[in-house]
Amino acid sequence: MNIRSQVSMVFHLDKCIGCHTCSIACKNVWTDRKGAEYMWWNNVETKPGTGYPTKWEDQDKYKGGWETNGNGKLNIKSTGRAKIIPNIFHNPHMPSMDDYYEPWTYDYQNLFNAKEGADQPTAEPISLIDGQKIDVQAGPNWDDDLGGSPIYAENDPNLKGLTEQQRMQLSSVERLVFFYLPRICNHCLNPCCVASCPSGAIYKRGEDGIVLIDQQRCRAWRSCVAACPYKKTYFNWFTGKSEKCILCYPRLETGQAPACFHSCVGRIRYLGVLLYDADRLEEVAKLPDDQLVEGQRSLILNPHDPAVIAAAKKAGISDGVIDSAQKSPVYRFVMEWKIALPPHVEYRTLPMLFYVPPMSPVQASKSDDTIHHDTEDLFHDIDSARVPMKFLANLFGAGHEGQVRYALAKQKAVRWHRRAETVGDVSRELADRMLQEANCTREEAEAIYKLTALCTFEDRFVIPPMHREQAIEMMKEPHEHREEAGFGFVGGLRRGL
Amino acid sequence: MSKHFFDQFLFVALPYVCLFTFFLMTIYRYRMQSFSYSSLSSQLLENKHHFWSVVPFHYGILAITAGHFIAFLIPRSVLAWNSHPVRLYVLEVSALIFGLLTLVGLVGLIVRRFSNTKIRKVTTPTDWILFAMLLVQTASGVSVALLYPWGSSWFATSLSPYLWSIFMLSPDVTYIAAMPHLVKLHIVLAFLTIGFFPFTRLVHVLVIPNPYLWRKPQVVRWYGYRK
Repeated sequence: MNIRSQVSMVFHLDKCIGCHTCSIACKNVWTDRKGAEYMWWNNVETKPGTGYPTKWEDQDKYKGGWETNGNGKLNIKSTGRAKIIPNIFHNPHMPSMDDYYEPWTYDYQNLFNAKEGADQPTAEPISLIDGQKIDVQAGPNWDDDLGGSPIYAENDPNLKGLTEQQRMQLSSVERLVFFYLPRICNHCLNPCCVASCPSGAIYKRGEDGIVLIDQQRCRAWRSCVAACPYKKTYFNWFTGKSEKCILCYPRLETGQAPACFHSCVGRIRYLGVLLYDADRLEEVAKLPDDQLVEGQRSLILNPHDPAVIAAAKKAGISDGVIDSAQKSPVYRFVMEWKIALPPHVEYRTLPMLFYVPPMSPVQASKSDDTIHHDTEDLFHDIDSARVPMKFLANLFGAGHEGQVRYALAKQKAVRWHRRAETVGDVSRELADRMLQEANCTREEAEAIYKLTALCTFEDRFVIPPMHREQAIEMMKEPHEHREEAGFGFVGGLRRGL
Repeated sequence: MSKHFFDQFLFVALPYVCLFTFFLMTIYRYRMQSFSYSSLSSQLLENKHHFWSVVPFHYGILAITAGHFIAFLIPRSVLAWNSHPVRLYVLEVSALIFGLLTLVGLVGLIVRRFSNTKIRKVTTPTDWILFAMLLVQTASGVSVALLYPWGSSWFATSLSPYLWSIFMLSPDVTYIAAMPHLVKLHIVLAFLTIGFFPFTRLVHVLVIPNPYLWRKPQVVRWYGYRK
């Protein structure tokens, strides 16, 4: 067993209101500069929709992620070892800026400097890259709240396998439905970007699993951009280096939640440590599609198990991190309650950002031109939700409904339980039966309710001590370092050149 | 006298200045400004024309450079290979094809950079100077191949000894004193390009990703020694 710790995340989609505050917080802190204008390390997509970059989930187009072939090996779909040599000059699967959007601003000076004429001067859009006037055809969240759905929502790759009727229902007036999918880098356990980097510039931090790109060693071979199936590595056109979400590690190291987590208005984000067994990564990443969710869970170790604690201590994981893992809200959502699921687990990167799938309104049916509800029940059956189960299964279950059904049934049971507790127009027996069917106890339902609805800042973010102060201790005796380097230097000082 | 002096300057002094600059500045830049070692790809900004110019250019120039190196390093073997007319023709024709591939690709690259306003924004004056040098160099190389055939043989007999004399620190220009002006231009420009190399984007050729082929897929960095 090779125990490592990983800072992991849960996004509770049932709580996301699609306000984009997270995106703005991230943009203002990290990507508001030349070359990075078009990057959204954090973005929020409307589902169904094509997302950003357009149709990123269509791996027939982008060739992101891993694939298993006949001989039982994991291969990078885009440019693995054999394919990188002939393709290093021109990466055949690299998205171009048109797949994202061309960043722009407005020619505000024209409002002041325009020559006197018959019309009011206007501030026309100009490209942030070459300063030319552009006809804006795409932008971040271009299809927000189903805007332009005949072009966008209807081309969502997750609609694969849905019946014609289900598709029609998703977009017809008075029946349509959407939910939000906020996305950041998943800081995967088996990251494809790391494996594809010809320079070895991308790495996973051993202590907390944050995936970073070493800007000094990146040589702009662009493989990571093509390889990441979530399209969360971006190419900075100005510096000629790839960049990605850094999970605000400077904030985490000082005990603060990442900017997007901290600013989340809906309080949908949870952050905590998971302990996992790194020896079994490859074995799990090769499992058949329908076993991947369970397989990924089997990697995650129980931080309360004395054997795991002993092994973790032996592996050099500090007591503070183990303690933090025991309090991790992520562990509860993913392992204890099993209601948070990894996105597109079929890409086989083992993402460590988990989503609680959203509940949706009841389906309406149309007869005699009147809309009425299919069910008179207070809470409808999860199968008659407006978002078809198959759609959610394509997103969170590699196309298999089992795990998604389990997560939704449990969420529904919690609602029945709380209704019986607080309003009382539902019988206790009925609520208990619902809980039993969802494999949930009253205590568990109460805990889910509390962490979902009443969670404080401290409940949501259990940030492990990062012990960055040990970085220097582990390499050198601190007193020796102080004597050698004095104040303000990282390396030792040498006389002369 | 003055011609002699001129030859000494162009084929002795200049090569040493350029080679010295090359080694010193390449190492200095790698150590001090490692961040600047990048291929500075513009594929994100323009993805279609890119393929048709970048790919032929790179395959062409790599093959041609490798050919020059081989003729420099093992001239006898090249001469032995060329002793058969058929093999000589094969070598000459393939060299010409790669030369033309480089030229076509390079012209494509320059047109792409010039015509696309976005790409022009990420092109520096240094890039333009480099493109001009490479264009003249490639064009002169292809012209030499057409006007003075069997270059693979006469490179091995005359230019290799000259280059070796430079590297053995006993420069001897007699090997090339009688060369046509076009060939001399090609030689001078070659040294100038080598001297200019560390100041350009060409440095990315030195950081070719060789460890990738045998390293483990996943890279993990610990902040100290792992117990």
